[in-house]
Amino acid sequence: MAVELGVRVVRPRPGTELGGVMRALLLWLWLATPGSALYFHIGETEKKCFIEEIPDETMVIGNYRTQLYDKQREEYQPATPGLGMFVEVKDPEDKVILARQYGSEGRFTFTSHTPGEHQICLHSNSTKFSLFAGGMLRVHLDIQVGEHANDYAEIAAKDKLSELQLRVRQLVEQVEQIQKEQNYQRWREERFRQTSESTNQRVLWWSILQTLILVAIGVWQMRHLKSFFEAKKLV
Amino acid sequence: MPRPGSVPRWAAAAGRWGCRLLALLLLVPGPGGASEITFELPDNAKQCFYEDIAQGTKCTLEFQVITGGHYDVDCRLEDPDGKVLYKEMKKQYDSFTFTASKNGTYKFCFSNEFSTFTHKTVYFDFQVGEDPPLFPSENRVSALTQMESACVSIHEALKSVIDYQTHFRLREAQGRSRAEDLNTRVAYWSVGEALILLVVSIGQVFLLKSFFSDKRTTITRVGS
Repeated sequence: MAVELGVRVVRPRPGTELGGVMRALLLWLWLATPGSALYFHIGETEKKCFIEEIPDETMVIGNYRTQLYDKQREEYQPATPGLGMFVEVKDPEDKVILARQYGSEGRFTFTSHTPGEHQICLHSNSTKFSLFAGGMLRVHLDIQVGEHANDYAEIAAKDKLSELQLRVRQLVEQVEQIQKEQNYQRWREERFRQTSESTNQRVLWWSILQTLILVAIGVWQMRHLKSFFEAKKLV
Repeated sequence: MPRPGSVPRWAAAAGRWGCRLLALLLLVPGPGGASEITFELPDNAKQCFYEDIAQGTKCTLEFQVITGGHYDVDCRLEDPDGKVLYKEMKKQYDSFTFTASKNGTYKFCFSNEFSTFTHKTVYFDFQVGEDPPLFPSENRVSALTQMESACVSIHEALKSVIDYQTHFRLREAQGRSRAEDLNTRVAYWSVGEALILLVVSIGQVFLLKSFFSDKRTTITRVGS
């Protein structure tokens, strides 16, 4: 029999056998509440574009979920089959690197090979026009870039990392992202400097040219008018 | 000595604590996150974003205009009842922190309706609650070792470095956009002005000559 102070041996009371199941259910409910995905409304033929300015060799993962407005029930119902979104990703040189059709719920991934502004465009392929009928589609969107795109649970399982190793791994990924961003920043700053120097050159040449033109025009005007007035015997 | 058939002490204690922990967790808002999006806002357009937020969550909305016109936009944040929590007109950059007073859908809108022909590119970062933990399991409430807490503080510091980098990148993009604008404007203006200068000066001379030409014809007519 337990004699330690403050500890009671608890026998499982009848009816508490479900305790474990309830706990699991409550935990699931807490964790499974829909993720903090932002949402917005998109029209039938509307195309919404998002820009991601990223360094090269950076992975971008986008998750989206669409919901259609049900006029009868006056609420947004979960996905309807046949409703899809067309996702198009363009790189900084306007070259298409991803152009695919996904279902009402989808996940797209791409890795940048050139640094710069990538454009992610979404528009719906309304195959069932009647369902839409001038309504709006609700799109939940979540775009993760670089280190945020890593699935640490998967990495931990694949490489069999302990908790501490996983934390350090996360720090390494973050630092790599910072390094890439700094490299990209150096490239951008050079471009900015080139533009400024080009403006400087243009202004310099233009002011010299303008002065020359003014002087030349002035001289020509005077000479032309003088010869004109001499011809008319006014001078 | 535990009696046969009874639950071991550690399991019972674990069970009790597990239940209490879960009850406590249900009161705390679930794992949050951040959404960082850069989008294009055409002229005379308004774009709204919505998010379901639990009561008591601390949220931050930060936005910045990157390209377009005077680099300003109207922003408005409303709570589920439609009460306006934040409203600013023609702002270039701002940051707003609030704590959700009730559960529901919060809405924030960016408007470019005051502009007639400039498209704007707007960046915003909407942080809801804390970032999800690395280990989504119950035992994260247990005390961290010294190494782990060092890792956590490095992680937080790096997150703020990345945040500053982002802001720097946006400012640089804004500056670069202005510089490129200036460059094209200088090019067009100098060519335009050269042409105007030539046309006006040559036109002046011929106009002046035409005044004297008319007079001459009248004189000759009178003379003859």
